[in-house]
Amino acid sequence: MKQLKIFRSLVTNGIKTALQGNSLYHVWMGFLTFFMLLGAFCFYIQLRDGLIVTGMHNHVSWGLYISNFTFLVGVAAAAVMLVLPTYVLKEMDFSKAVLIGEGMAVAALIMCLAFVTVDLGGPIRAWHLIPGLGVFNWPNSMLAWDVIVLNGYLFINITVPLYILMCRYQGKEPNKNFYLPGVLISVFWAVGIHLVTAFLYAGLPARPHWNNALLGPRFLASAFAAGPALIVIALAVINRFTSYKIDDNTFRKLALVITVAAQINIIMLGSEIFKEFYWPTHHGSSAMYLFFGLHGKNALVPYIWTAIGLSFTATAILSLHKLRNNKAWLYLACVMLFTGIWIEKGMGLIIPGFIPEAWGNIVEYAPTWIEIGVTGGIWAMGAFIFSLLAKVAIGIETGTLRYQEKISV
Amino acid sequence: MEPVQLPENKNTGCQSGHCSCGKKKEDGFEQVMSKPSDRRDALKKLTLGLLTGVGFTSTSCSVTAGDAKKEKAQLNWEEFFKGNYQLMTDDEKNSTVKRLERLYELNNGRKINVSAQGPMKDVLYGYAFNISKCQGYMDCINACVQENNQDRNSQMQYIRIHEHKNGSMDFELADDNFYHEVPAAGHFYIGTQCFHCENPPCVEVCPVKATWKEKDGIVVIDYDWCIGCRYCMAACPYDGRRFNWATPEVPADEVNHNQHYLGNRLRKKGVMEKCTFCIQRSRNGKSPACVEACPTGARIFGNLLDPNSEIRWVLANKKVFRLKEDLGTEPKFWYFMD
Repeated sequence: MKQLKIFRSLVTNGIKTALQGNSLYHVWMGFLTFFMLLGAFCFYIQLRDGLIVTGMHNHVSWGLYISNFTFLVGVAAAAVMLVLPTYVLKEMDFSKAVLIGEGMAVAALIMCLAFVTVDLGGPIRAWHLIPGLGVFNWPNSMLAWDVIVLNGYLFINITVPLYILMCRYQGKEPNKNFYLPGVLISVFWAVGIHLVTAFLYAGLPARPHWNNALLGPRFLASAFAAGPALIVIALAVINRFTSYKIDDNTFRKLALVITVAAQINIIMLGSEIFKEFYWPTHHGSSAMYLFFGLHGKNALVPYIWTAIGLSFTATAILSLHKLRNNKAWLYLACVMLFTGIWIEKGMGLIIPGFIPEAWGNIVEYAPTWIEIGVTGGIWAMGAFIFSLLAKVAIGIETGTLRYQEKISV
Repeated sequence: MEPVQLPENKNTGCQSGHCSCGKKKEDGFEQVMSKPSDRRDALKKLTLGLLTGVGFTSTSCSVTAGDAKKEKAQLNWEEFFKGNYQLMTDDEKNSTVKRLERLYELNNGRKINVSAQGPMKDVLYGYAFNISKCQGYMDCINACVQENNQDRNSQMQYIRIHEHKNGSMDFELADDNFYHEVPAAGHFYIGTQCFHCENPPCVEVCPVKATWKEKDGIVVIDYDWCIGCRYCMAACPYDGRRFNWATPEVPADEVNHNQHYLGNRLRKKGVMEKCTFCIQRSRNGKSPACVEACPTGARIFGNLLDPNSEIRWVLANKKVFRLKEDLGTEPKFWYFMD
């Protein structure tokens, strides 16, 4: 009962905190709200007319939505890169960053679920997916697995930080024995969500571009580069605009994680390219189309080379100690790496899986403005949720937000 | 089939199973749930909550709405919350079929005949395609579209005819979008469609079991259970599946009124559909429309379990092959040459 009361007070005060801020904060939230509304309007049009308003068609039947979904599963999984050393290995450098990382995981997971929902032809029938209410094709369908692991991961990433924040809110030290099991599970779970998502594609012999054993590991490597890169950017913003100061050591450790992951990612990319092009077969047609164009069609060529250029340059910057330890270069490398991997996961992985189609025809894909609007709306929603969570978490961590028995509602 | 009589049911107790009147029928999510009453109450509230969003409630509770409108709302309500066809009892199958017929009548003022006929005993359908005979006339495609009520706006077609140059079987070099006189000199033609695999990857991946293989080997879709995630489309190596990107439209006077629940009944926006070997015909002992329409006799359809069938004769006496056999999907669709 008392815990409930404290929780209620946390929510009320949290909302108060989230609603207050300087003008820059309000402009930022207003900006995000505008894009959320725009996205909602685009989604309304899509609901009214059907998925015909997107650029998808019978040959490229997954597009921007599923691309972003795939990428964001990686971002969510990457929170573990912070969780593990902080809670388990007693490496305290990350402790300030970890709540931010978990907040990012929550935002990313909500975005994932949103992207899957907007991609459904009949979102109103999504209840068929709820175990117990609907009929769940588990364990056969990897999509059924994905629904379970994503919601489970969301649950862990809400409960663990909530417990810690609840304790700090009362000025108490959180009990390790209580939250450590959750943390340990989340570490394995994070690897699980991204592997399951990779298996969703890798298990399809119909799509040779995806049907390879390296897909899962490559997902992990790229996610553990792109996810922490986003966290670095977020921490940089928090460092600059709030009183919550992140020390340099945290940035250095994070940068090291990103660097190693980015390097492994590049090695795997090299391995894939060798396999596809040393002896080109029909199974390599997608890669041929992606990198060089095929039969005069080359819509994806600029995307993949942009992505590879960004990833390579960023990895090179990060690999040089002098540049990596310089904040300006680090931020630049993180932005480049994040963008590079984001493009590569979508335009470089999901789309070419469908091109050429089953009988070798090349039918290209380009997202429509409606699709871009909905996607932008979901990203804005994610940023909005993250901003709210971060604001409250920072309030509690810096001690401005504390439970007071007398004035509690 | 007899003309539909539904309205009377309203007085003698409804069939929905979602209200407290009369005996409850298991349908919808109740098919898979044990149902202690407290849980049922909770679920009922949940469904109601969902429904406010759907907007059916407003009409069905309205005092001012007309009888037809009310009946429509009631039918829509029951249709929305019905279960997966695979798990329905025969009674439930018949009531959903009746609801669909009545709804069509209410909406369009015309009667249709929807069947829920199950597979025949000792029947497994197979198909053979004679490459030597096909001339690329595409009468099969036209017959298919008309028989199966496919969307005319997007010109949806289940069958693809690939025009190959002599000397190559490479599908990547073939043309399936030709507009010239056929047969073109120096070319041959191969048709593809859903191969009704014995080991169908599309069925494996569906997260909600909205698609499955019937006992007679036909891979079908429950259009009302499909959520439109299109995972099956990604999993099919043969381009056998189609998605309704917009609301499908068939001119009223072109609608084929002889329909099957799992076959050519009218689809809605946002769901998958595919070739069903014309289930509404084949389960009545007829050949699919494409077989009947082919002017050259290139298409052969029959019961693989009947040793005297034509398809069995082809398999025994011709050198047959299948496409992409290396994927282990075991298509029930063979090709051969004379």
